[in-house]
Amino acid sequence: MEKEMVCIVCPMSCHLRVGFSDVDGSIESVTGNTCPRGDVYARKELTNPTRMLTSTVKIEGAQYERLPVITSSDIPKSMMRAVMEQLRHVVVKAPVNNKDVVIANVCGLNVDIIASRTMK
Amino acid sequence: MKTYDLVVIGGGSAGLAAAISAYDNGVTDILILERDKELGGILNQCIHNGFGLHTFKEELSGPSYAERFITMIHDRGIQFKLNAMVTHLSDEKVVEYVTPAEGYVRIQAKAVILAMGCRERTRGAIAVPGYRPAGIWSAGTAQRYLNMEGYMVGRKVFILGSGDIGLIMARRMSLEGAQVMGVAEIMPYSNGLPRNIKQCLEDFDIPLFLSHTISRIEGKQRVNQVTIQQVDDKMKPIAGTEKVFDVDTVLFSVGLIPENALSEEAEVKLHRRTKGPIVDESYQTNVDGIFACGNVLHVHDLVDWVSQEGTKAGKAASRYLKKELVEGGSTIDLDAGIGVGYIVPHKVNPDNIGATVECMFRVTRTYKNVFVKVYKDGEVIKTVKKRAMAPAEMENIVLKKEDLAGCKKNILIQVSEEQ
Repeated sequence: MEKEMVCIVCPMSCHLRVGFSDVDGSIESVTGNTCPRGDVYARKELTNPTRMLTSTVKIEGAQYERLPVITSSDIPKSMMRAVMEQLRHVVVKAPVNNKDVVIANVCGLNVDIIASRTMK
Repeated sequence: MKTYDLVVIGGGSAGLAAAISAYDNGVTDILILERDKELGGILNQCIHNGFGLHTFKEELSGPSYAERFITMIHDRGIQFKLNAMVTHLSDEKVVEYVTPAEGYVRIQAKAVILAMGCRERTRGAIAVPGYRPAGIWSAGTAQRYLNMEGYMVGRKVFILGSGDIGLIMARRMSLEGAQVMGVAEIMPYSNGLPRNIKQCLEDFDIPLFLSHTISRIEGKQRVNQVTIQQVDDKMKPIAGTEKVFDVDTVLFSVGLIPENALSEEAEVKLHRRTKGPIVDESYQTNVDGIFACGNVLHVHDLVDWVSQEGTKAGKAASRYLKKELVEGGSTIDLDAGIGVGYIVPHKVNPDNIGATVECMFRVTRTYKNVFVKVYKDGEVIKTVKKRAMAPAEMENIVLKKEDLAGCKKNILIQVSEEQ
């Protein structure tokens, strides 16, 4: 079996073809990439796709209504909705410093939700 | 009338970098005028990450990137005024502004840096037919409401335009629980980064309709329906290709235009293609002592290049104030040839550059495995191989001082299929 995808590592946007084993479905080959990063990208994206998540939480007593937040590292793509759901219930109070932890170990992922700016 | 050595109009990414650079090059009597209630400009609403890869070697959110520069402003004690709307600028560098605290104020600057950024094109600018109900936004306005002011602008959304702002708003609205019905793009390709197509549309199963535009908006009080249609190669809607979506919100992400009302008032000449000032190697406009950088000069895709340009303009303004810039002399035009939309700077006085001058340019279409060639008075002096270029991504080419030596007519940059 084969799957086609576009590499997003750099502007070249190589068209990758990924070959899977007929026996156990594992990745056998990545072709169409013009550098080694394409191979790494394809394997990661097909086995364990992750994303940085950025969003906002409610803040009280600040000059704006929302505080921008970011995950401290990338999280599994499949967990984005679950993490967003946690953010809906959070209310923080100003002042907040950049990188302050807003939710520690969100959804048990060993990743924190941290403030992505200082807000007074 | 109070005087300042340097007045920077706009406290966003370009203005902040320019002020810091001017200060670090010996100009301390600086005033930044910012119309919003805090410094940072558009970065404050761009909460997604990916900023600063070149400047700080890490991927920051927009507000974090801004905060680094704002801290540098505070560290240096550079003066700035918030809620300060500049209303007039003259070619004699008289700046008029209003603030709630001071009322109407006139000041005299010895040098001015234009850093006002750009504005979004609107529905009106592209003349989409239909009713004019509530629920129609430019994508950037919706972004500010959602990310800063805390208003969800809609629940069922259609987006026109597949530039990066439109794509990022598609993801943002989806994450916040809205249903994004689709993104229509009039061109046969997206102007957004492949990374954003993947992570903002494909991750959320949002369809992208290439060669499509909105041909009708319905709704009396609030939007309730949009009709999209495929377009032909002359961008005319094709009858019979209509698709109808029930939505309560339409976002327009249809391009940015440099904000040059003040520049024009000061008799700064604008470039036909960039819609920003025509500048020389020092980012100086045709008006003596008025400089420009960032999105007011030409629309950038990466903030890192905005900061870099601001840094260069700030340094050049400091040289102007110290009377180190050579006036007059022979300037060489940098002209855009086949495949090149524009080049910034537009002209170079070799007496005013160091060892090199960096030329930023955009191509007019996508290219793969081609050569960028630099011609001096018609002779090729430099060839650079490019694996891939697209209009959405700014390119640069560095010319050495000796490359320009003896140039009589112009430097021309163009794209060629052959080496």
